[in-house]
Amino acid sequence: MSKDQGKSYSAGVKEYRETYWMPEYVPKDTDFLACFKITPQEGVPREEAAAAVAAESSTGTWTTVWTDLLTDLDHYKGRAYAIEDVPGSDDAYYAFIAYPIDLFEEGSVVNVLTSLVGNVFGFKAVRALRLEDVRIPIAYVMTCGGPPHGIQVERDLMNKYGRPLLGCTIKPKLGLSGKNYGRAVYECLRGGLDFTKDDENVNSQPFMRWRQRFDFVMEAINKAEVETGERKGHYLNVTAPTPEEMYKRAEYAKEIGAPIIMHDYLTGGFTANTGLANWCRDNGMLLHIHRAMHAVLDRNPNHGIHFRVLTKMLRLSGGDHLHTGTVVGKLEGDRASTLGWIDLLRESYVKEDRSRGIFFDQDWGAMPGGLAVASGGIHVWHMPALVTIFGDDAVLQFGGGTLGHPWGNAAGAAANRVALEACVEARNQGRELEKEGKEILQEAAKSSPELATAMETWKEIKFEFDTVDKLDVQHR
Amino acid sequence: MSAIQDYKSSLSDVTSRKFETFSYLPEMDAERIRKQVEYIVSQGWNPAIEHTEPENAMHHYWYMWKLPMFGESDVDRILGEADACHKAHPNNHVRLVGYDNYAQSKGAEMVVYRGNPV
Repeated sequence: MSKDQGKSYSAGVKEYRETYWMPEYVPKDTDFLACFKITPQEGVPREEAAAAVAAESSTGTWTTVWTDLLTDLDHYKGRAYAIEDVPGSDDAYYAFIAYPIDLFEEGSVVNVLTSLVGNVFGFKAVRALRLEDVRIPIAYVMTCGGPPHGIQVERDLMNKYGRPLLGCTIKPKLGLSGKNYGRAVYECLRGGLDFTKDDENVNSQPFMRWRQRFDFVMEAINKAEVETGERKGHYLNVTAPTPEEMYKRAEYAKEIGAPIIMHDYLTGGFTANTGLANWCRDNGMLLHIHRAMHAVLDRNPNHGIHFRVLTKMLRLSGGDHLHTGTVVGKLEGDRASTLGWIDLLRESYVKEDRSRGIFFDQDWGAMPGGLAVASGGIHVWHMPALVTIFGDDAVLQFGGGTLGHPWGNAAGAAANRVALEACVEARNQGRELEKEGKEILQEAAKSSPELATAMETWKEIKFEFDTVDKLDVQHR
Repeated sequence: MSAIQDYKSSLSDVTSRKFETFSYLPEMDAERIRKQVEYIVSQGWNPAIEHTEPENAMHHYWYMWKLPMFGESDVDRILGEADACHKAHPNNHVRLVGYDNYAQSKGAEMVVYRGNPV
């Protein structure tokens, strides 16, 4: 006899907590788990708001409908199973919600996000709502493609071992002709960088259509490889107005022998990104992921989606590189929190660790990890800190810090390469980079006039704005 | 600020050829090589020695010198093999590798003896 037998239909509005607040529930290994930070409207009890979020992000509608009784809603519903205070906040609290795995189409980040961060974010019972973290069950992880290649394959393809990779975004980001742009790329690569990058704003504008850019950049890569004897690449941005156009550009990049292409996963969208990642896997192309628009979603500490969730979604959708913030540069980011999502991008198993903002254990199984990309406002003096923070599995990207060298891009690139290698060698020798960084760089500059000049140009530049989005900690 | 210097690198200048990690630093002396061997051993990686004619340095596969030294933690023995490889192939690049079997990758790879550039 079904447990629902005997339920009768009664029209009207029921309190959410009667159905969706289940403090006794023990989450299953196959459940999706989510931690929301809820700021409720005045007068709404915690359990009711938590239950409302569980309902609105799963099976609930504002009123009872008779068709509810045609299915086993007790199986399909989301369950709010725990509530915790947010350290340092009087009105916000964390609500933990479990969702059965059957609510989500296999391999669809799109479906997961549509439920978890859909209508519920405009819901009236909450003043503000933020998705802090999710636990993706390993059973679901294995239905997703993930990074097209991952760190290990990329190292083998590019022949880069035992150090972070070096990159640079070409500037000015808008306005160069294809041929002048290729010149800037060539100078960077012959000077010792592994990669250069299209700025995210560069798609296919009238001043430089994508095809000319691709052709000139490819000549730059080929010449720099023969000249230096090292493998080189440039992230050719294939982000486009339509999927058809995106694939057309990706196919051409492959045809001319480019090793890596690039996509903006948030503005381009998850459907496009997942499709492109699958294409890259099939076609042996590495995929660099930019994150334009992330700050719209993740910067407000009370509303939106935390970047660690966006990181997990990208890892499922697919990308071999992801921008993670630099910690030391001019952009936002708190060190412990950044280290948390860097682990979520790279490691195969990440333990719950509230001191790094990680609310759940996350098992990635056999899914490859991606390289963390540190980019924005960094220069040679930051190198000791960057090598310490990011370790080897990262791409360190110096835009102004390469192109702004008084002797030009090649000298700027060489300065960064010498600084990087000096820091890695010193680290391997057991020296403490962040303490001895100055001496290590000064030593290295003795045999590199390019580095000496870079150190003269940028010394004492610091960016010390306070972080807007800090980890939630007791501060009173 | 000093006057602008030309960046000396060209297809025709063989000293422009690099060989990845640490090749932008001055060539390593014995003491610096020893430190890197110690690092590989301390990470629990398996040391190995490879070499190649400089003109074939872009190939993924260089010649293995014997086999990787699985589980070898004697720094002098590892240095001895690198030196023996260099003596047997004095014109070749000789590189030191640290195989990281957990990551299924190389945790370290660096040229420790530079051959005649081409």
